[in-house]
Amino acid sequence: MFLCFWAAPAAAYDYPIADPFLATVVGTPAPLRAPLPTDVPFKRRSTRVLEREAPDALWYDQELRYSYAAQKGPAPLIFTIAGTGAAHDGSKSWLAARAFYSKGFHVVALGSPVSANFVVAASSSGVPGDSFDDARDLYRVMQKIRDELQGKLEITDYYLAGYSLGAFNAAYVSHLDAEQKAFGFRRVLMMNPPVRLYSSISLLDRMLENIPGGPDNFDDFFEKIVDAVGQAYRRSDSVRFDEELLFKAFEILRPTDELLASLIGLVFRIASANMAFTADVMTDFGYIKPSNVRLTRNTDLGVYNEVAMRLGFTDYFHAFFYPYRASLEPGLSRGELIERMSLVTIGDYLRGADNIYLIHNVDDLILESGEIEILEDLFGERATVFPRGGHMGNMESRDYIGRMLSIMDPGTAP
Amino acid sequence: MNAIGRYSGSVVLVLLAVLSTGCSTAPVIEGGEPEPPVFSAERVLQPGVTHPGDVYDPWQGFNRRVYRFNAFVDKNFLLPVTNGYQAVTPAPVEHSIHNFFTNFLNLNTILNSVLQFSPRKVVQTTGRVAVNSTLGVLGLFDPATRMGIPQHQEDFGQTLGRWGVGPGPYLVLPLLGPSSLRDGIGAGVDWYVNNRLREEIFAPETWHEVVWTTLFILDTRANVAFRYYETGTPFEYRMVRMLITTKRRLDIER
Repeated sequence: MFLCFWAAPAAAYDYPIADPFLATVVGTPAPLRAPLPTDVPFKRRSTRVLEREAPDALWYDQELRYSYAAQKGPAPLIFTIAGTGAAHDGSKSWLAARAFYSKGFHVVALGSPVSANFVVAASSSGVPGDSFDDARDLYRVMQKIRDELQGKLEITDYYLAGYSLGAFNAAYVSHLDAEQKAFGFRRVLMMNPPVRLYSSISLLDRMLENIPGGPDNFDDFFEKIVDAVGQAYRRSDSVRFDEELLFKAFEILRPTDELLASLIGLVFRIASANMAFTADVMTDFGYIKPSNVRLTRNTDLGVYNEVAMRLGFTDYFHAFFYPYRASLEPGLSRGELIERMSLVTIGDYLRGADNIYLIHNVDDLILESGEIEILEDLFGERATVFPRGGHMGNMESRDYIGRMLSIMDPGTAP
Repeated sequence: MNAIGRYSGSVVLVLLAVLSTGCSTAPVIEGGEPEPPVFSAERVLQPGVTHPGDVYDPWQGFNRRVYRFNAFVDKNFLLPVTNGYQAVTPAPVEHSIHNFFTNFLNLNTILNSVLQFSPRKVVQTTGRVAVNSTLGVLGLFDPATRMGIPQHQEDFGQTLGRWGVGPGPYLVLPLLGPSSLRDGIGAGVDWYVNNRLREEIFAPETWHEVVWTTLFILDTRANVAFRYYETGTPFEYRMVRMLITTKRRLDIER
């Protein structure tokens, strides 16, 4: 199975959408989706990780939320880490969780370390984005959750997986575990990670430049999308706002790549706005919110929201993250920081870690040209690279899930 | 009006009184003037540009408090009870209860479709009710969907909207959640109409009212995926406001 995929992925692979922008937005068509259980017994929990009190305006994020699904008897436990800004219970996170659960794992699903909830509840600095710091925060959380669940689950072994930024985080967590050995992960699966964070965030920021007329025209752009959804909604017999409706809206819009890119950019922009504003409130850095202004539970955040939506990840990097890191490490240059936030930084470790596997797509939108080759070089035979799928568009397909589960197979993993 | 109606009416009045005290939405400034942030609104935002998040919300202080109150009730009461209900109720029974209420509420949809002069919705919804109340055993089953009859959902807020009434100020209703002045009034009318219909059709005994209301609340909550403060954004109040307002606009245009 593995060799067959590796040697000739194109021959065995039937994911149909060749346009990576369209693939990223619409995902996998229903007939090609892997059959997965829909009745996984997810339980939602929250846990207090840090002593620190949450600021008034973010009071509801004092505890870190996560979900888990337990097998009846003894089983290996897998942690999953969500992508950029996503929550533990987002659709991709639970898709992965359902897949692993069907393979016999206890699953613990964690949100992204750059999600607002994680930043408030579990980021020790409150300024997320540093690969090593984020891994330490995740590692602390994972140990805490393991302690909480140990009475309820019989755990035979530990596995780790992540998608998108969560896959990047997983590599650094595994690197940390190699040193601290709290888990000793049997296998680690990285699904569509970025290689060099700064490249990926630059690509994603630029996608929003595709809004016709520029960001001041955002209102019109938004109206156009709402109109299309509205038309689909009027024509539809269903009263539900669901995926089906989105597909219909796309048929009406017949979106160009520019429009698709701006939609993808918008999704990431919302994530960056949430992250940057949250980090700002946590530290009173004075990035968007005046440093001497205290927000109450009732404060109208409208203007901050608008400002945050105009700023990308790269703004956060240059005007907040870098100055903050440089205050901790005098002499640190921007260039050094940019190069450090990369899988190449732990390249020697990844090259030698024969328990870490990679799945990726040649046409993934978060990779710069040449980066897929870097990954193939780092992971060698432990890399599976599909020819189509964009960024996570093929994740629900039979091929992708099949590969995920053949890598993460408690029966055969050494 | 029935016993539950009178009781909930006075509860709402007390809530409104409590929630409308002290409603400033301004932040607290430490020191004389705010320190300008790196990216101030003056630096980043063009004057005169409109934003999709802008919704007429003059009662924001009140609304934010009610929003938080609703979140509290939801997390500590409604969700745990609903989870319990879903855990003990076999899935087919749960579906049947949901079908039953959907079928019953379709009577109100027919009424509003008449008021909206929409023969298509009147005919289709009447067809649904006829099929599901007979073949579907008082609405417990839903053969109408399998027969391809579309399900509409029309309430008095939508009817007012059809008649040209604008939404008015955004309004977060205690326990019921985000709405508008128009739709809040509409919800009151719907509630009255549904109660009268229920009394006309079924036996208006107190135990019956209690069971009905309890099941209705549980079924409604069980079919809404939303969880307060779990949208992942510190701007949730504003995001929900925008989505609800947009959704209602589309509902009316539909």
